[in-house]
Amino acid sequence: MPFSGAKRWLLVGIALAVLASYFGDQFNRYYVGVAIDVGIAIILATSLNLINGHTGQFSLGHAGFMAVGGYCSAYISLRLTGHAHAEWFFPLSLLAGGLLAAFVGLLVGVPSLRLRGDYLAIVTLGFGEIIRVVAQNTEAVGAASGLKGIPKYTGLGWTFGLAALTIYVITSLVNSTYGRGFIAVHDDEIAAESNGVNTTRTKVTAFVTGAFFAGIAGGLYAHHKQFLSPTGFDWLKSIDIVVMVILGGMGRTVGVILAAILLTLMPEFLREVAEYRMIFYALLIILLMLLRPNGLFSFKFKRRAA
Amino acid sequence: MDFLQQAINGLGLGAIYALIALGYTMVYGVLRFINFAHSDVLMLGAFATFYITPRLEKMFGPQSILGVIVVFILVAMICAAIGMTIERLAYRPLRNRPKLAVLITAIGVSLFIEFTCQNPHVFGAASRPFPALLTETKYSIGGALVSSTDILVIAVTGVLLAAMWWIVQKTRIGTAMRAVSFNQQAAALMGIPVNRIISFTFGLGSALAAVAGILYSMRSPSIEPLMGVQPGLRAFIAAVLGGIGNLPGAVLGAVLLGLLETVAGGIPGLSNYRDAIAFGILILILLVKPAGLLGRATIEKV
Repeated sequence: MPFSGAKRWLLVGIALAVLASYFGDQFNRYYVGVAIDVGIAIILATSLNLINGHTGQFSLGHAGFMAVGGYCSAYISLRLTGHAHAEWFFPLSLLAGGLLAAFVGLLVGVPSLRLRGDYLAIVTLGFGEIIRVVAQNTEAVGAASGLKGIPKYTGLGWTFGLAALTIYVITSLVNSTYGRGFIAVHDDEIAAESNGVNTTRTKVTAFVTGAFFAGIAGGLYAHHKQFLSPTGFDWLKSIDIVVMVILGGMGRTVGVILAAILLTLMPEFLREVAEYRMIFYALLIILLMLLRPNGLFSFKFKRRAA
Repeated sequence: MDFLQQAINGLGLGAIYALIALGYTMVYGVLRFINFAHSDVLMLGAFATFYITPRLEKMFGPQSILGVIVVFILVAMICAAIGMTIERLAYRPLRNRPKLAVLITAIGVSLFIEFTCQNPHVFGAASRPFPALLTETKYSIGGALVSSTDILVIAVTGVLLAAMWWIVQKTRIGTAMRAVSFNQQAAALMGIPVNRIISFTFGLGSALAAVAGILYSMRSPSIEPLMGVQPGLRAFIAAVLGGIGNLPGAVLGAVLLGLLETVAGGIPGLSNYRDAIAFGILILILLVKPAGLLGRATIEKV
């Protein structure tokens, strides 16, 4: 995607989001709910794509950052309920959730990004689990029974506006001069290092940025479902996001967005055979890796859309 | 006295983790990827025991030692076959692909087994009682209560670890395993049938997981399709802790983790954080020694 195109997409996306938020009340509530799920999935997948796809660092703890952002913004909203203009603080609470997730991402990233490949996957998985266990044992956020009664602030406008913003920020970042460092690290860490790329800093930047948007997505999720439970952020959730990135083709923004849409809609279509849904999902992962390891939407003639 | 009691419990738990961790570490040694489906083989072993035991009791009489030995051997063989099948169908076609693809496939296989077994037409998600394989007696040693199950667990593990050491260090196939793990290409050039060795490694690891599954179920009263996840995760942490790919390291890591977990479980405020503690220790150790306790740091050559 050419650089100038990114801005255009952002404008179109935000315009559509604003439009949708005006007419949102007229749509079927079920469809609106699913659409919001799709938007959140797009944010999660795009942000993980920066870490796993563009930078090539395999993280298995994205749900953990989502949990941090979700709990943080939900906690703020719950504290503010009763105030006259509590809803006005929604964007601030989302931002706070994102920043806290980014901070946690920094804490996790600085030590663990020294590790490579499998080890990094294990450590991020471990951090995700630790975040979940901490949430499960913290009374202030409802412990194991979860956080209830979160106000419903998330609408189509916020979700798709922020999704467009996420896509814009991440594609522009990757396409910037600085962002070429991500791809350099992905392609060959040693070569990147010897060409003057500060690989550790590049990896941490990718990690923190990804965590920030995951935190935002968590905040949107919290104010959409109005209920947060620690078990909702277990490592299966992280796997879900990883599968979106792989299905879309690591580092291919458009593919990853399509995959996020497809994988969020799939369970809705498979409601009839709910019993077999997860078996089908697991088979999909295996078959995908065997038959189309570069993603469902990758074709030979297409250049790598970084 | 309390300390002795916990040390024995921890050792029993650590012994089971060690059996599972060996499977992880051996597969990592030859193929350089984490076999996420390993913990599900353990679960399948427990379920195989659940179905086989009543039939064997008819032949050998209830809780006979001969019957239990037959159960162990049968289940180990079944699980070895399952492990080799998984390798053949899911991992072998990906032999020359990036490691990441294999890792994700392994996650897929694990999810596939778990969700299939949770299906009401297969095992169902509900937990069921595990048959008592042997009558349990408790002995008092120096004030600590030691159950016959604990002794069995530690004895069986000891024998299997010795057997494993013998297989890996002294036999032809063990030498071949070490060669494949050292350099697959060179091993192939020396005429070692790499695919057969890898298949054997999976069979061996899965058989150990099956035994671990039986022993684990003997200590906990019930089994269910997700029962492998927790011990699998711990064993996997143990394998990484000791330095993945390193057999003595896996045993060391497993015993350490078993002891720590039992001690942490005994402290009231900490017991809820057991998962977090296991991962916390792992992360701390990886930060100090990125290759694990006994692992060798490798330098990447350009």
